[in-house]
Amino acid sequence: MTPAERCILAIGALAWAIASTLLVALAAEIPLNERKSGYEFMGPETRAMQDDDSANPGSLWVLDGEASWKRKVGTANKSCADCHAGESMKGVAARYPAFNAARGRPVNLDQQINICRTERQQATPLPLEGKELLALSSYVGRQSRGMPIAVTIDERTRPFLEAGRATFYRRQGQLNFACAQCHDDNWKEKLAGAPITQAHPTGYPLYRLEWQNVGSLQRRLRNCISGMRVDNYPLGAPELVDLELFLMWRARSMPLETPAVRP
Amino acid sequence: MARTLINVPPKAKKGEVIAIKTLISHEMETGYRHDNVGKAIPRDIISLFVCTYNGLEVFRAELFPAIAANPFISFYTVATASGTFEFKWTGDNGFSATESVNITVE
Repeated sequence: MTPAERCILAIGALAWAIASTLLVALAAEIPLNERKSGYEFMGPETRAMQDDDSANPGSLWVLDGEASWKRKVGTANKSCADCHAGESMKGVAARYPAFNAARGRPVNLDQQINICRTERQQATPLPLEGKELLALSSYVGRQSRGMPIAVTIDERTRPFLEAGRATFYRRQGQLNFACAQCHDDNWKEKLAGAPITQAHPTGYPLYRLEWQNVGSLQRRLRNCISGMRVDNYPLGAPELVDLELFLMWRARSMPLETPAVRP
Repeated sequence: MARTLINVPPKAKKGEVIAIKTLISHEMETGYRHDNVGKAIPRDIISLFVCTYNGLEVFRAELFPAIAANPFISFYTVATASGTFEFKWTGDNGFSATESVNITVE
């Protein structure tokens, strides 16, 4: 090795050291007043689509959900409306995932709907990510539109919040990536021309133009996770619910937009 | 029956230009995709949308495979008289959906 080559190597090593120090210095939570919903990263056309109920395709799911809400099902021959009258779901979606004492862990809104279905209505659970479940959670979520996200963090839910936080900050998969490297450190940047965003789950279930469909937060999480080349978690996995809990806590007090529209 | 959402102003002045917005749930399967075993997924789209106002056709649109799922169609017409707007979507596999909305013109 010539002295010149040695010099180049040394510069390279130094640059790498500086770069990695910078990366460590950058890894920090977004201050509360700098948080932005995915809405703020969208173009004016997509925003207009979300804001106008008659142009927002998510409205179709809300209407379907309202019909399902009133339909009597199961051996108990009860509808959701038989127990929950009127707009009694106002604020509920903003509080999920919430602790379920019987299961000893938090459950998300879709899981809670299925718990009600199997235990109260004595019906078969709805398939996760299926049209009817998404319609019901859109209908329930719509009633909390504009309300601040407020998951309950206490001694029962804190271990699950911390598990979700650990998942968010853990480097994983073939790319050795953590969620935080994009969504905490680089949300001002773009990835393949699209804004990275801060990953606040403010509008789920939402209509994603790429999907041409309404999807849950878990579907979106699984999208990102497969992009990170991580061995994916199945829909409904406790790891995903913990991550949902952490993300909802991270977006605490931001208004819910369900059903949102995203590109 | 496909779920639809229609926005027509309930009241308008005679001669006023009014905006009409329609949304319908439909997969709009292009016919160009294949499933996970390589089998072609057959085309299933809405191919025609027609709006009549008191029996007179005021708007018509042909739809093609490049149009996104859950087509949103918005257009304008002149409020001439109180009556009914009828909307009809037709497409592949005998798809047909109709809706009607009333308007009062003063």
